[in-house]
Amino acid sequence: MTERTVDDGLSTVPQEVDAGAPAGFGVRGWLRWAWRTLTSMRTALVLLFLLAIASVPGSVFPQRGTDPAKVAAYLADDPVKGQILDRLGMFDVFASPWFAAIYLLLFISLAGCVIPRSVQHWRAMRARPPAAPRNLSRLPEHREVVSDDTPDDVLDAAAEHLRSRRWRVDVDREQGWVAAEKGYSRETGNLVFHLALVVMLVGVALGSYGGFRGNVVVREGSSFANTLAQFDSFAPGRGFDESSLAPFSFTLDRFTAEFQRGGMQNGAAREFSADVTFVPEPGAAPETRTIEVNEPLVVGGEKVFLVGHGYAPTFRITDKAGDVVFKDSVVCLPQDGNFTSSCVVKVPDTTPQLGLTGFFLPTAAVDDIRGPHSTFPAADDPAVFMSAWEGDLGLDSGAPQSVFKLETENMTRVGIEAMRPGESWTLPDGTVVAFEGYVRFASFAVAKDPGKELALAAVVISMAGLALSLLVRRRRVWVRVSAAAAASTLVDVAGLTRSEHTTVADEVDELASALGEPAASTADQEEPA
Amino acid sequence: MSTNETLAQLSNQLVYASMVAYAVSTVSFAASLAATKGRDLTQAAAPVSRRSAKAAEKAEAEGSVLVATRIETETGIGDGGSEPLAPGRRAGNIAISVMWLATILLGAGVLFRGLSVMRAPWGNMYEFSITTAFAISLTYLIIALRRDVRWLGIFVVIPVLLSLGLAVTVLYTEAAQLVPALKSYWLVIHVAIAIICGASFCVAAALSSLYLISEKAERRTAEGRSYWGTGLAKRLPESTKLDGMSYRTIAFMFPLWTFAIVAGAIWAENAWGRYWGWDPKETWAFITWVGYAAYLHARSTAGWKGRKAAYISLVAFACFVFNYFGVNIFFSGLHSYGGV
Ligand code: HEM
Repeated sequence: MTERTVDDGLSTVPQEVDAGAPAGFGVRGWLRWAWRTLTSMRTALVLLFLLAIASVPGSVFPQRGTDPAKVAAYLADDPVKGQILDRLGMFDVFASPWFAAIYLLLFISLAGCVIPRSVQHWRAMRARPPAAPRNLSRLPEHREVVSDDTPDDVLDAAAEHLRSRRWRVDVDREQGWVAAEKGYSRETGNLVFHLALVVMLVGVALGSYGGFRGNVVVREGSSFANTLAQFDSFAPGRGFDESSLAPFSFTLDRFTAEFQRGGMQNGAAREFSADVTFVPEPGAAPETRTIEVNEPLVVGGEKVFLVGHGYAPTFRITDKAGDVVFKDSVVCLPQDGNFTSSCVVKVPDTTPQLGLTGFFLPTAAVDDIRGPHSTFPAADDPAVFMSAWEGDLGLDSGAPQSVFKLETENMTRVGIEAMRPGESWTLPDGTVVAFEGYVRFASFAVAKDPGKELALAAVVISMAGLALSLLVRRRRVWVRVSAAAAASTLVDVAGLTRSEHTTVADEVDELASALGEPAASTADQEEPA
Repeated sequence: MSTNETLAQLSNQLVYASMVAYAVSTVSFAASLAATKGRDLTQAAAPVSRRSAKAAEKAEAEGSVLVATRIETETGIGDGGSEPLAPGRRAGNIAISVMWLATILLGAGVLFRGLSVMRAPWGNMYEFSITTAFAISLTYLIIALRRDVRWLGIFVVIPVLLSLGLAVTVLYTEAAQLVPALKSYWLVIHVAIAIICGASFCVAAALSSLYLISEKAERRTAEGRSYWGTGLAKRLPESTKLDGMSYRTIAFMFPLWTFAIVAGAIWAENAWGRYWGWDPKETWAFITWVGYAAYLHARSTAGWKGRKAAYISLVAFACFVFNYFGVNIFFSGLHSYGGV
């Protein structure tokens, strides 16, 4: 007897029939062969491996979805290798066709395997437990006891014992046996788990189809209204309807950040919060709210997350005629953990045009190696280090330009200066650049994912199924009675389960001792060691 | 809120003290293993099912009850009988007692670390590592209360010591408050479960490795060939037993790991606005999950049971370890708060 036949019928695990070569050369033969191969456990196993291996490059190479700037840098650094990798989809692994091919095949294979198994399991749950084998002593767990009761009473007692423990029981008085089975929920759990995985994938797909994600930077004192035009970047799903954006707006009143002072983790962030005045829809009464990391603002199926922050120094620029040509706070991009931030100011309304580039340093320091840099993320001793450029900003060429980068090809540098808040700097042509102070900015992500509730529900159900599938054991026990000498009944009790578990032994023991006494001659050997 | 330096210091001293005790326990476990008489490998050369089939055939002649008894003794863990002073027993008992001491010291260390900053003590890799070491030992000790697993002790204590050693040398980070992204009760759930999983993964990997050695030793012995692992395998339970234990550990752990990932996803949704973003840490958690799912499938697929499945379990564990250490060190991502 092999392990396989011992397991027979205790689960709907498909038998590994070798799909063999296609039967004949007909289209149907090939199709049947392909389907059987695809839905076999071995194929599922191979696909699982492929899925794991295919995700590795997604962690090795920068990904467009999470870090487009790094991808661009990679392509610029090593164009040849970068191009090849890009062709292969290495910067978009999780959106690439080959990754999709693997998981779609896996899910087809899963459905193709699990749906027939569900039908089979449904039938098994309604069927009678299989009849007792002729020779119970051949089974791995077997006990023999003697009872003073009649065979029929023993069968009744056995059935009663098992029913009260919620076994599915079948009694055959003529043949003198009781058959019982328990633990169907293992299989049910397993099937639920697999089917729920498919539902979860549907939830994920629904989210990326009907949802969106947008990012926006808001300075203290400025406002944001939730319309497409106001986002700095916006990634809608294919099925997203922009008119469904919730009509809220908010003003960032104050952003506070606290950092660790002293110790090994000097400068580590400790507390961020954004105080906003929130207007749920036009005309509604404003409310004050606080958005923190881990505490998004929830509004009509959309959520507003606090995802970053930084500094925006305020400049006022007056031309030689004394007219103010620029007055605004400029968002500077943090370059390191201490918020050394790079700033660009473009002033197109002067002739020649004027541009500034440089750094905002919340806690300023200068040294020979690193040049101007910040030594702490809080604004303890703020300063700017700016270069001024005159010439053509190149804004009229029509090519799109980043606001964070100054195109200096057609410009000449006219000076460089460090300023503290309140100081100003007069350029050679008489233009005055005043550094008036700074405000903070916060970056927010606004996101909507209409599939996430479905995905979560599916995952919760699948976990419940999984727990059943791994913790419950499907098992069978049988009792056979035969009249023995002198008004006593010989009772054989046997149990069967899949090889991994030992509980059926305990259950067989319990049942056997409920039904009778160990036969005298073998009593000493019967005791478990 | 600031850090209570006295408690933080006390925590460090307790961790060091526990390492000393773990080292003593390692030596005792080694002595215990060396002194154990060992079993006869030829008895175990055939897989259980085939042997029980053979036994069942014999049963026709010998009477059926004997069979059950025989199978039980053959598959039982050879614990050296019931003599109180069987070789290796005393050293094994000492090892377990010392390990309890070490674990209590370490547990206090973890507790004071948490109290010093008034939060759950798992904000950086140092804290993950000492807590995981504690969880591994406690898991083992609880199993040891109910079963004789002295033979396994050394294979548990060594990873614990390694983990603590790495923690106090490479990963050490001063006690401090958390960065804002980590302030969430989902973090507490996510990390606590991940730590329990890490402990079970580690035990399962130890069992799978021992299974590979034991299985090979049995096969080689049956073929009459020599093998370096024979001496060790003699002192271990038979391979099918080890395989079953490893399976049960993983079967227990897989739903938990699933839950840890889901809790992480819920946390990510709250902090960053997406529940899954294929960040390197997330990607490797997924790879680990798929690896263990592959292991579970392999065990029910003909031709993949036994050795191949055990290799898959080891590969999956390697993915977990890589996620734990490697990802923080090699890749940058939103999860790079490990303090390394
Ligand atoms: C191609 C698709 C798949 C097929 C045909 C398939 C088939 C099966 C079968 C037949 C079992 C029962 C094994 C048993 O009772 O021991 C099983 C168990 C399991 N499957 Fe799948 N499966 C597929 C995909 C997946 C996927 C994608 C996952 C998740 C990564 C997964 C996770 C599991 C788990 C955790 C078990 C429980 C193992 C156990 O009960 O020991 N399966 N699968």
